[in-house]
This record gives sequence, structure tokens and C-alpha cells, in this order.
Amino acid sequence: MIPVNYYIILSAILFTIGVVGVLIRRNALIIFMSIELMLNAANLAFVAFSSVIRSFSGQIFVFFVIAVAAAEVAVGLALIVEIFKSKRSIDVDQLSSMKG
Amino acid sequence: MHFAQEASTGFFFLAPWLVFAPLVGLLINLIFGQWFMKQPWGENAVGIVASLASGAAFVVSILLTSSLSANHGEVARWYLADWIQIGELRLDWTFRIDSLSSIMMLVISGVGTLIHIYAIGYMREDVRFKNDVGRFPRFFIYLNLFIAMMMILVAGDSYMMLFVGWEGVGLCSFLLIGFWYELDLLGRTSWSNSNAAVKAFVVNRIGDFGFLIAGFIMFWALGSFQFDEVFEAAEGAAPGVILAITLLMLVGVAGKSAQIPLYVWLPDAMAGPTPVSALIHAATMVTAGVYLITRSAELYTLVPQAQYIVALTGAITALFAATIAVGQYDIKKVLAYSTISQLGFMVAAVGMGAFVAGMFHLVTHAFFKALLFLSAGSVILGVERGHHHLAHASGHHGSKHGKNKGKKKEQRHEPVHEEEGEHFDAGDMRNMGGMRKTMPITYWVYLIGALALAGIVPFAGFWSKDEILLDASLHYPLIYWMLTVAAFLTAFYMGRQIWMVFFGEPRHEAAAHAEESPGVMTIPLMVLAALSVLGGALNLPFEGFHNLGHWLEYTLREVESLSFNAPVAGIATVLAVVAIYASWLIYGRSPLRAGEVDPLKKRLGSVFTALQNKWYIDELYHAVVVTPYMKISQFLADVIDWRFWHDWFHENVIVGTYNWISHIGLNRYADQRGIDAAANGLATVTQWLSVTLRQIQNGFVRSYALSVLLGVVLIVGYLILR
Amino acid sequence: MNFFLQPLTLLTFFPLVGILVMLFIPREQKDALRWTALITSLVTFGFSLLVLSVFNSFDPDLQLVAQYDWITVAGWNIQYFLGVDGLSILLVLLTALLTPISILSTWTAVEERVKDFMIFFLLLEVGMMGVFLAQDLFLFYIFWEFTLVPMYFIIGIWGGPRRVYAAIKFFLYTMAGSILMLLAILWLGIAGGTFSLPDLIGINIDPATQMWLFLAFAAAFAIKVPMWPLHSWLPDAHVEAPTAGSVILAGVLLKLGTYGFLRFNIPLFPEASVQAAPWMALLATIGIIYGAAVSYAQKDMKKLVAYSSVSHLGFVMLGLFALNSQGMQGAILQMINHGLSTGALFLLVGMIYEQTHTRELKVYGGLWKIMPVFATIMLITSLSSMGLPGLNGFVGEFTILLGAWGAGTNGGPLGSVWYAAISALGIIMAAVYILFMFQSMFLGPQGEVVDQVKSHGRGLRDLNWREIATMVPLLILIFWIGLYPKPFFDLMAPAVDQLVANLSSVAMR
Repeated sequence: MIPVNYYIILSAILFTIGVVGVLIRRNALIIFMSIELMLNAANLAFVAFSSVIRSFSGQIFVFFVIAVAAAEVAVGLALIVEIFKSKRSIDVDQLSSMKG
Repeated sequence: MHFAQEASTGFFFLAPWLVFAPLVGLLINLIFGQWFMKQPWGENAVGIVASLASGAAFVVSILLTSSLSANHGEVARWYLADWIQIGELRLDWTFRIDSLSSIMMLVISGVGTLIHIYAIGYMREDVRFKNDVGRFPRFFIYLNLFIAMMMILVAGDSYMMLFVGWEGVGLCSFLLIGFWYELDLLGRTSWSNSNAAVKAFVVNRIGDFGFLIAGFIMFWALGSFQFDEVFEAAEGAAPGVILAITLLMLVGVAGKSAQIPLYVWLPDAMAGPTPVSALIHAATMVTAGVYLITRSAELYTLVPQAQYIVALTGAITALFAATIAVGQYDIKKVLAYSTISQLGFMVAAVGMGAFVAGMFHLVTHAFFKALLFLSAGSVILGVERGHHHLAHASGHHGSKHGKNKGKKKEQRHEPVHEEEGEHFDAGDMRNMGGMRKTMPITYWVYLIGALALAGIVPFAGFWSKDEILLDASLHYPLIYWMLTVAAFLTAFYMGRQIWMVFFGEPRHEAAAHAEESPGVMTIPLMVLAALSVLGGALNLPFEGFHNLGHWLEYTLREVESLSFNAPVAGIATVLAVVAIYASWLIYGRSPLRAGEVDPLKKRLGSVFTALQNKWYIDELYHAVVVTPYMKISQFLADVIDWRFWHDWFHENVIVGTYNWISHIGLNRYADQRGIDAAANGLATVTQWLSVTLRQIQNGFVRSYALSVLLGVVLIVGYLILR
Repeated sequence: MNFFLQPLTLLTFFPLVGILVMLFIPREQKDALRWTALITSLVTFGFSLLVLSVFNSFDPDLQLVAQYDWITVAGWNIQYFLGVDGLSILLVLLTALLTPISILSTWTAVEERVKDFMIFFLLLEVGMMGVFLAQDLFLFYIFWEFTLVPMYFIIGIWGGPRRVYAAIKFFLYTMAGSILMLLAILWLGIAGGTFSLPDLIGINIDPATQMWLFLAFAAAFAIKVPMWPLHSWLPDAHVEAPTAGSVILAGVLLKLGTYGFLRFNIPLFPEASVQAAPWMALLATIGIIYGAAVSYAQKDMKKLVAYSSVSHLGFVMLGLFALNSQGMQGAILQMINHGLSTGALFLLVGMIYEQTHTRELKVYGGLWKIMPVFATIMLITSLSSMGLPGLNGFVGEFTILLGAWGAGTNGGPLGSVWYAAISALGIIMAAVYILFMFQSMFLGPQGEVVDQVKSHGRGLRDLNWREIATMVPLLILIFWIGLYPKPFFDLMAPAVDQLVANLSSVAMR
């Protein structure tokens, strides 16, 4: 059996990739994908721990996360499409009209 | 306090109809009054409905009295509903029929009905002289309301139910005094009548304040408001408590029954139409105080000091008001001061413990004073008719007469006010004279009333006044002499009035052309005149004739039956005759001519001026009470409340503190201290925050994400390193 | 039972349904908006009558309870806890009654931003209902603060010329007091382990702490009442608020303060209440006299009525701190009375203002002739306000003064009868200012306002049917309470008796 550490490390790597992606990329789609990456990193950790402590609650959470992520994608993509329609671009740095 | 329906045999179940009957009349006129007025017979319908309502109350009173007499005067109660019930406080709507309240009911509804009938005729003309026919039904609505309230007052079984009526009649008085609210006594546009109305209400409220406080003491010391329970508990109570209750109640009496020092509203109350003066301000409402003291006889007899103070108040009032009456020119003002004076007689009587005498005088006074006022009203209208007749004849046609177009009857009374250079005062005795020829019926009934008031044998007033004087002579010599002097003055000013109004030559064209009043007015006058002649038979000071005394014995525990005392009666009669003779010497022998100065004024000089100005009491009150109160409230409102609390305190203390806090902690730039400093204070805080925070709000999603990350790192770091 | 079908939850939140419906109505359809708001508030009133019909007036405890755990973290135990008892049922009914009446009064008075107005108004009703029904301190606080927001906007948007100043002043004063109350609530919640009022009433707090907590609560409530000398926001708020706002402000919002004393201060801190009673009574007495005197000097009729509220609510406070059943029952009834008669006065002033656009008393006069129905209704309302026996005001004031006098004798908590005696002077003074207003408006010669209005068009008219309809329920209640207040006293008697019994057991201790 693969030790749980490996999963954790993989999860951490995926998560970090996601974070870095969100922080350095300007393309909204990429940011979106990075977020998905983070979510799935978390999912991985959930499943791993779930099997270690022999409880289903972790897996149930994963289903929730997947469901939420799907909803988020639906809303998020719709927003991105709308933004693209008005701005002709999906560069997030150009979307700074909320600047205080 | 729940009594079973006691003494349920007889007509006692009708007791609530004492109140309901007038209320039904009120409602009919309230709802249909305006519709009635559109019909040709409208005024009669309104008047008849109201009179029937009052008459129904009279019938109920008679039935109740007969049942009471069949039950040998045993007190009867009729419980209608609960009122206020909290803990030990148990107030309900219970009617009490005993010999005392039955007398009051009979007087109120009997005299009241006569006055209702008279008012049909009087108001029909009054509303036309004052040019507002539409106001006719309102008068009868008020009158019916008054009867209902007065019935609650006298038929209530507790001090608080009495108080409901007590204030209720005050309200009716207010409404009726202010009936011509936009005019003054002479019919000019003015605030004067409405001021009189407000004055009456407020002064009455001062008295009611005393009554209320007496009630509070009563409840907490004696445990109840119900008459019998109070009297029972009073016997064991500390005399100091009873003294306080009775004296505070006297304040209430002084307000309602126009005694010193609260009498000042009554003369002004003459602003009301004359039937009102007769009904409310002479015959019934103002005697409520006398009724209250008689009702509380068992409290007053426990504390002789209070009795003496009551008697003294009454006697001083009787004398004081009688002096003022001598110096008045307005026919109604003379009667008003005379009423105050006679009320003083009654209060003095009940104060001395002569409750029967007081009630007796109350009844006879109701007859002859109502008679006097109503005939005075007849005189005034007569002069008014003459005045309008004149204006008509000399071609001064009123132009504005829209409402009454096409009705023959009203053509006579076209408004002529504006054409006159100065306003004609139809109530001024200096404008009258010689009216016994033009108004013979009125003259005769007036004479009867005046003789009754002056106390001439065998008119009603003689017997009742004699009984009071007799009682005073036995126990309180000082009061006896004061009352005797007052009686002398009474005869004098009545003589003066008779000579000035009915004898001599007319001093004004209007008086010369005066016309007699119609039957609807004179018939009630004749009934009242008959009562003024015969009323004395109620309680003659001879063995076997103490009818009223025996009747009241059922309610009052001890009743003194005095027998005729020749010296007292003799002195009173001789003095009255002398007074009338003196008035003849001054006013009758050489009658006053138009424009001439009052002969008494020539003799008395400045004293007469003082009398004429009512001893300047109104001015005194104005200076001591009214103006200071207005000044104080103005000061409180403008300076203390507005400038100090509202502006200074708010801006400096509250807003200042707020700003100070915000300055110290947050912002050293904000320095605006305008009126809206509060807003600025709030804004400053927010502004500082936003200036600071906007640095963070750069609109770049990625930087937000970075801060989220930093936050996560911090929290996770804290959790790990903890 | 299903959460939303509980009577009190339904009663409290039903106006939200109306708001939801209104969100779908375009702003231009003003009448549709008005009708929706009116019908919503009438249905709410119907619910309140339903609550009344199942209310057991012999039970002194909370009834129709809706209780759920709400926020239970970190040892905090905050509940969603609604309940009604004899102390609050009448106020709930009053709120439910005055809201439709006020909405009806805005029919022609509010023409701008009708949608927003109605939404704020219904939100306000939710808040007021919540305050009277909440039995959890935290929930109470939320509702309490929540009422501020709609009122702030109602004054600030639809008010008179100085509306912003008035709205901010109103908001600031009330907030300032509330903060102290919040601290006290937190203290109680942490010390007692619960925010539920019935559970907290049992706990023992030492007298010194009680006094501090009492004062913290009192700060919030006294400003709201408003007790002298914290009243200076009131004239501004009343004068600037639109008619419906004034009606609700006088009719219900001021009662939140007195109700707070009754519901929280007295049961939670009985020892402190007994100790503080003479001081509260002193402030109340000053308020009565001061309010009455200041009213008399006013030239603006709305301000006059506003100051008369200071006087009337002084009576309520005096009755509450008489701490006996006469005083307290009288005080509760007087809260209702004041809501009815002062509410009616504000409505009437609003009706005349709508026609004349001036509230200066000196330009009025002699209007009885032109507006007889209006004058008659105003007369009845004025008489009720000055406490004429047979009308509602007397029943309240009389029982309060009687209670206060009793509390001053026989070793009662007030210790002196002077409070009652001097307060009774307020009855004379009430006659002075009320009659002054009535005389200035309706008696005497015709005022110049008549010609002013005529010069602008049609001239003054008497009340129309809608205006009469708004007044009729109030008039019926004015007579009913005055002549036969028994049903009203019966509703509150067991709860008040229980409260008084608890107090006297404390006083014995």
C-alpha cells in the first residue's frame, strides 16, 4: 500500500501549481483551470485521509466539492463569456473597474 | 364592587335609559340632523327629537322616583357593566337610585326638557341673527349630550363614575360656550367666545385635579371609590386623611360650582347661547358641586374643620359675587354673578351641614334662575328683533342672505351687522328700558323670577334661602351675617335690573320696537314661573311640611328639621324689601335716560368702577397665573429645550464627544464643526477608513488572491507554530 | 410543526411575502404597489387577530412559542425564539393595526418612489413585530437595530426640508444607546450561558452588577422612549418624517422603549428596578410637566404633538416604575392609548397639511365651519389625548396615577406621593395645550390659510371617505377602551400580576 505521505505530497504539489497559476497568469481561463487544480488537490487529500481513517465522510465531501466545482465552472464560464463579449479580452488585469 | 341587582322590583331596570335616552336623541340628530335641516320642517324635527329624548329621561326619572318611593326610599342599584378592574381597583358602571339622586334627576331632566323646548324657539332666531342656520342641530346634539353626562354624574354609584359625568358636563360646557366660536358676545368676529370656552374647560380641570387627588387618597386610604364602602371605611380612618379628601374635593367643587377662587370662568361662560346659560350655567351643571358635597355628607360631617372651610368659602363667594353683580350692565352678566352668589349660598349651606337646605335651594334656584335666564334670553331676542325691525324699516337691507331665500319667516331677520358703525349690544341693560309694555309676558315671568331670587314671601326662593339663613343663624353667626348682606345685595341688584329693563322709557330705538317671543318660548317660561311660585311648598318650615327633608332622610343619615323662626325670616324679608326700595330710589324714581351715567356710579365713584371691572380679579389671574405660565413655557420651549437641549447640548456635548473620540482615534484632519458636525463626524471616520483601505482595493483580482494566500499562510502558520 | 407555519413566525415575516411580490411590480404602477402593501399589511393584521383568537388570556407565560437553536458556537447559545404573552400581545395588535392605517394614509401623500417607500414600510413592520415577539436577547437586539434602518430611510428620503439632519440625529441617538445595551446583552449571554430571556430571568446577579446592567439597558430604552432629557431627537424626527412615518414613530417605535423596560429591565433586574424606581419616576414626572409646558409654546402643530408624546410617555414610565399592578397595567394600556390617539393626531395633522402645506398654528382658525367632520374627529382625538373620562386616555392616565400614588404610600417603591401629585398637574397642562391647538385650528375667526388654499385652486375640503376610513378603527378603539377596557386589561392581567408578584418577592428578600 502506498503510504499516505505520497498522496499528501502530490496534493501539495498540485495545489501549489494551482496557486502559482492563479497568481501569475493573467488569462482568466487559465486562472480558472488553476482553481480547478487546487480543488482537485484538496479532493485528493480528502480521499487519501478518508481511506486512512476509514471513514466515508471525506469521500462525501469530495462529491460536494465536485458538485460545487461544476456549478462554479458553469457560472464562471458564463461570466467569462460575457466579459469577453464586452471587453474583447479575458485578461484579468484589465478588469480593474472596481478599483477604489 | 359587584352588587347584585338590588331592589329589582319596580322600574329600576330603566335606570340606564337615563343616559341612553338622550344619547339616542343625540345619535338621531347627529346622523339625520343635516338631512332634517334640508326639509321645511327640519328645525322642528331636530328640536322635537331632542326634547323627546330629554323628556324620556324625565319620564324615566319619574318612574324611578315612584319605584323608589314604593320601596320606602331603599337605595337601588343597577349594574350595567364593568369598567376598570385591576387588582383591588374595582370600578363599574352601576347606577344608583336613591332619594338624593332622584331629586337631581328630576330637576335635570325636568328643567332640561323645558329648556329644550324653549331652545327650539330661541335657537331658530339666534342662528338667523348670526347667519348660520346649519348650526342648529349641533346645539341640540350638545344639549342631549349634556343631559346624558349630567345623568351619569348624579346617577353614578362611585366617585369615579361621578367623575366621568363631572368632566363630561365640563366638555359640554366647553362646546356650548364655544357654540358661536368665531364671534364675541356682540356677534363680532373675534376669538373671545372660544377663549371663554377654553377658559371654562381649563379652570374646571384645575378643580378636577383636586378631585382626582382626593380620589387617589380615598382609594389608598379607604380602599374603594364606591360611595357606601367609602363612607363605611371613613369612620375608622384617620381624621387627617378625611380632612385632606374633603378639602381637595372642595377644590373640585370650587371649579365646577364656580366658587372662589375658581369662579372666574362662569361670567365668561355667558358667551354661550342663553338656553345654555340657563340649563348648564345656572340650573344644573354648576350645582354638581353642591350635589357632590351632599353626596359626601358622611365624609364632611366627620371633619368639622373642613365643613367650616366649605361654609366660609360659600359665604365669601356669595357676598363677593353679589357685590360684583351690582356693577354689571349686561343683563346676563348680572344673572351670572347672581348665580355664583346663589351657589355660594348653597355651598355655605351644605358646608354648615344643612344639606336639606342646600338641596332645597338648589331645586328652587334651578326653577327661578332658569326662569330668569330664559326670560333674559327672551328680552335679548326681543331687543334684537326690534333692532332688526328698525334696520329693515329704515332700508338697511342685508344683502347676503343666500341660505334662507324664499322663506317668508326669515325675511324679517336679515343680517345688518356690517351696516352699523358700532356694534349694537342687545344684552346691555343701558339699551333697554320700558319693556314691560312691549314684552308683557316676559315682564311678568321675569318679575316672578326676580322676586323669588330676592327672597320675597311666598315665592320659592324665600323658603329655601330662609332655611339656609336660619341654619346659619343657629350655628355660625359670622356666616349668617355675610349671607344676610349677600341677600340684601341680591334683592338690590335684582331691583336695579327690573327697573332698568322694564321700567322707564326705552333708551334705544331697538328696545322701543321690541317684540314679544313666540309661544314655544313663553310657555316653558310660564311653567317655570309657576314652579318658582310654588316650589317653596317642597319643604315648608312647618311641622308636617318637611317633604324634601323626609325624602332626603333616606339618603342622609341625620337631617335637621328646623321650624319657622320669625326673627330670621323677618330680618331677611325686611332687608329684601328695603333693598328693593333702595333700588327704586336710585333707579326707579327717576329712570335712567339714554347716555346717562349710572346713578350708582355717581355716588360710589371708583368703587363702582371696581365692581364693574369685577374687582380686577381676571386681570390679577392673568398677571399671576396665565402670563407667567405662558412665559415659562415659552422660555422652556425656546431657550431650555430648543437652544440648550436641542442645539447646544446636541452639538457640543453629543456631537462634540463623538467628534472628539473620532479625532483622537482616527483622524486629525477633520475639523469641520458645522451644524452637521454629527454627519461630518461619521463621514470622517468612514473617509479615513476608505482612504486607507482603497490602497488595497486596486481592482486586480490577482492581488486579491495574493492577499488571500497571505492570509491563509498566516493562519496555517499560526496553527502550526502555536 | 413546520417552521414557516408557526403563527408567530408567519406573523413576523409575512410582510416579506408582500415585499417579494412588490419586487416584480414595475415602479410606475403605483396603485398596484399601494394595494399590494395594503393587502399584505391587512393580512398581517388578520394573522395578529388569529394569534389573539388562540391566545389564552389566563396564562401568564409565553404562548405560541417558536424556539430553535440558531447560532451555537463557542459556548454561545443563541436561539430563534419567538413568543407572545400578556405584556406584548396588545402591542403586537397595535403594530398590526397601525401599519395598514399608515399605509392608507400615504395613498396620496407619497407620490415619489412609492415602491421603495412601501418596501421600507413593510420591512419596518417585520422589525417591529420581531422586537415585540423575540424572546432571545440576541434576536431582540437584531430586530431592535433592524427597525432603525427602514425608519432612517423613511425620514431621510420622504421627509421634510431638514430630513437628513433629522434622520441622522435619530439614527445616532438610538445607536448610541443601543451599543451600551449590546454590551449588557453580551455580558448576560456569557454569564448566563444563554440568551434566552425566560432562562435568564431566573439567574442571580449581585445588586451592583444589576445596577450597571440596568443602566446599560435603560440607556437604550430611555433614548427610544424618549425620557427627559434624552428627547431632543424626537421633535426633529417627528417634524421631518412623513405622516405615515410619524404615526409609526409615535405609535409603535416609541413603545419599543417602554416595552423594553417592561420586558427586560424590570424582570431581569428586579432589585435594581426597585432601587432605581424613584429616579425613573422623577425623570418621568419631569418629562410629563416639561413636555406639557413645552408643547404649549409650540407654533408648529406637529411639533406640539411631538412634545405631547414626551409628556404622555412620561405617564407610561411613571406607571411602569410604580411597580404595582395598577400602574403597570395602566402603563401598558397607555402605550396602546398613546399609539391610538397620538397616531390619530399625526394622521389628522397630515391630512390637513396635505391640503394646506403649512403647519403654522397661527394661520389657522375657524375651520370647524368648513370641515365639520374633520373637526369632530379631531375633537374626539384631542379629548382622548387629554384624558377625558369615557375615552381611552383617561383609563390609562387614571390607573397610572392611581398606581403611582399607591406606590408612594404604604412603603411602596416610590416612597413619596409627590410624583403622582405633580404628574397629575400634567392633566391640567394637557388640557391647556390640546385645547390651545384645537382652538387655534377650529375655533375663532377664519384663518388666513383658508384664503391661501383658495388662491391655489379648489379651496379646503372636508375629509374624504378614504381619510375617514383610516380614522374609524382608531375612533372605535378610543371609545371602546374608554368605556369598556375590561377585555384589554384581561389580556394583560395574568402576565402583569406574575411580574408584580416576582417583584414583590424580590422586595421582600
